[in-house]
Amino acid sequence: MPPLILVKGLLLIIPATLLLLLVLPARRWRLPVAIVAGVVLAFSLTTSLPSGILAYTVSFATMGCVYALLTLGLNIQWGYTGHLNFGVAGFFAIGAFTSALMTVEAPTGIAAQYTQMAFGLGLPFLVGVAAAALVSAVVAFLVAVPVLRLRMDFLAIATIGVAEIIRLIFQNERWLANGPQPLRGIPQPLHCVVETQGCAWLPQWVTAVLDPLSPRDYPLFYLVIISLFVAGAYLLIERACRSPWGRMLRAIRDEEASAAMNGKHITYVRIQSFVVGAVIMGIAGALYAHYVVTIDYSHFHALFATFLVWVMLMLGGSGNNRGAIIGGFIVWGVWSGTAFLANAIEPLLALIADDLPRRAAYFRWLLVALLLAAIVLFRPQGLIREEKLVSRYLRK
Amino acid sequence: MLLCSKTLAQGHLWGDGMTTQATEDEGLHNKTSRSSGALLLEVQGLVRDFDSLRALDGADLSVREGTITGLIGPNGAGKTTLFNVVTGFHLAQAGRVIFNGKDITNLPPHRVFQHGLCRTFQIPREHQSLSVLENLMLIPPGQQGERLFNTWFRPGAVRRQELANRDKALEVLEFVELDHLHDEYARNLSGGQKKLLELARTLMTDPQLVLLDEPGAGVNPTLMHRLTDNIRYLNRERGITFLVIEHDMDLIMSLCDPVVVMSEGRQLMTGSPEEVRRNPRVLEAYLGGQYAAVEG
Repeated sequence: MPPLILVKGLLLIIPATLLLLLVLPARRWRLPVAIVAGVVLAFSLTTSLPSGILAYTVSFATMGCVYALLTLGLNIQWGYTGHLNFGVAGFFAIGAFTSALMTVEAPTGIAAQYTQMAFGLGLPFLVGVAAAALVSAVVAFLVAVPVLRLRMDFLAIATIGVAEIIRLIFQNERWLANGPQPLRGIPQPLHCVVETQGCAWLPQWVTAVLDPLSPRDYPLFYLVIISLFVAGAYLLIERACRSPWGRMLRAIRDEEASAAMNGKHITYVRIQSFVVGAVIMGIAGALYAHYVVTIDYSHFHALFATFLVWVMLMLGGSGNNRGAIIGGFIVWGVWSGTAFLANAIEPLLALIADDLPRRAAYFRWLLVALLLAAIVLFRPQGLIREEKLVSRYLRK
Repeated sequence: MLLCSKTLAQGHLWGDGMTTQATEDEGLHNKTSRSSGALLLEVQGLVRDFDSLRALDGADLSVREGTITGLIGPNGAGKTTLFNVVTGFHLAQAGRVIFNGKDITNLPPHRVFQHGLCRTFQIPREHQSLSVLENLMLIPPGQQGERLFNTWFRPGAVRRQELANRDKALEVLEFVELDHLHDEYARNLSGGQKKLLELARTLMTDPQLVLLDEPGAGVNPTLMHRLTDNIRYLNRERGITFLVIEHDMDLIMSLCDPVVVMSEGRQLMTGSPEEVRRNPRVLEAYLGGQYAAVEG
């Protein structure tokens, strides 16, 4: 086995195992089976797939992870608390731009005329992610205080308005984050591992093992990072939700008046859940920014960053964190898959009318809409329904 | 057999010295203690408008400790609005609510609860997607696991409290004889069972006063008996005071003393069930003037 494929396989073990842990049922044999199957899956993928297809799979999985985080955040808000938040894109954008501003070095000299930004601190990746979480939390709190007085459809309209305002700010305020122009050069964390000289602080033998990797293989390394983030977020959220905290959220979602009469501070809890959900979305934004390296306002349209996330949560199962992640991957798969489909049916469309093939892209939205209609009609509870027992301490 | 298990449960639930008393004559009323307790809840001149409709028009009410006070009146008299204002769901525009010597006027519901005042709703408001057991486990105040920090970093403390709350909830369920349904979704209970669940919820804390809004509405006679037995038992053995809105006169007459009559947002009179039954003004309020005249 060539050393490059061996190293790729080794790296791929981590996301493959995590994915299997998520999918397999909770039995005693889950961990060993997931590890063994993860190793087999990782090496069979790296050995059998041509490198182009493997790279596509990796980028697909990375974006799947970004969407999985967004869906997890929305699940706390909608699935557990019943906040009809149509402003996912806003917090996604805030996370992405905050982390970018924190980690990019402010340009100097001639470059400063082309790239304007409020500040560029050149701080490490993890500081950027933490700042994204913090700023999302602050904005979510400021939004929540007035807006969460509203319920259901009114809340939906207010939040979509907030998200649009946020996007338009990043579109028009040049001084903030380079206005309508893209903000480039967002650093990739631990990029040194794929460079020829390796990271100075890593032990010699690790550098030697990772030596076959070239900068082209960096996305695979990033997939490992982001999948660990998703796993960590899932564990923390699951712990919080499967405890009296989650029970309180569900109780408030079901019947506010009676939760209030039983001593729960409704306003406080509703704001808290909104903020926690927004923090997860902000982190998703930061991880997205460091993955794509170049961001601009157009990445944060409601269609991609809000409504697709909603379809993911509806499909996976509102109120179930495992369902949220799985729904994220499935809908992202449908979305990516229909790109090929749209290409494939172009000749067919050309037979109907000359200008139809140009509009084949919209065919994808049609399919997503049909998917949403099918979910609502035939499986409103989603693929994995909400569990009856909330508290994990009550499990036998 | 059923009786045995119930007595056992009560012994567990209400602690020392209660078990012996529990088996003694259940039907005995102690009339003298009913009107002599200290003032527990005092409502003074409450006013509440809904647009141009004056739902409460200077309503007064007092509930003495240890009583089961009835609250009756024709539809639209302002009974439920009074409950809503006392428990903080609606703001009072004038007037005061004194509970246990403390002014609780216009406190939000969760603060009212902290003072030891519980209520049930006219239409049961169960948490539908939670099991019957977790509907009860939700209630105990001061749960460690309601803080995010503790759910992540102090799972041991959360677990201990959860298991203790589970045991308590199971005992309460045994007391109201719903224990066989503990794993059922609360939304799947029958109307009467939901009313029992509402009562059970108030037992998960140590309330001093429980406001019951039409506990008997839509409940079949068998369940109704269980409900009234439970109320009497809790009143006598645990010293919980009740204020009960009810339209079923038989229930009011057999359960409550004193009875407060409301009409058009105000208190009309208060007295023993006998006095209320004989008062012509009460009949007039219920039936309108002409019928009262015929009756007289």
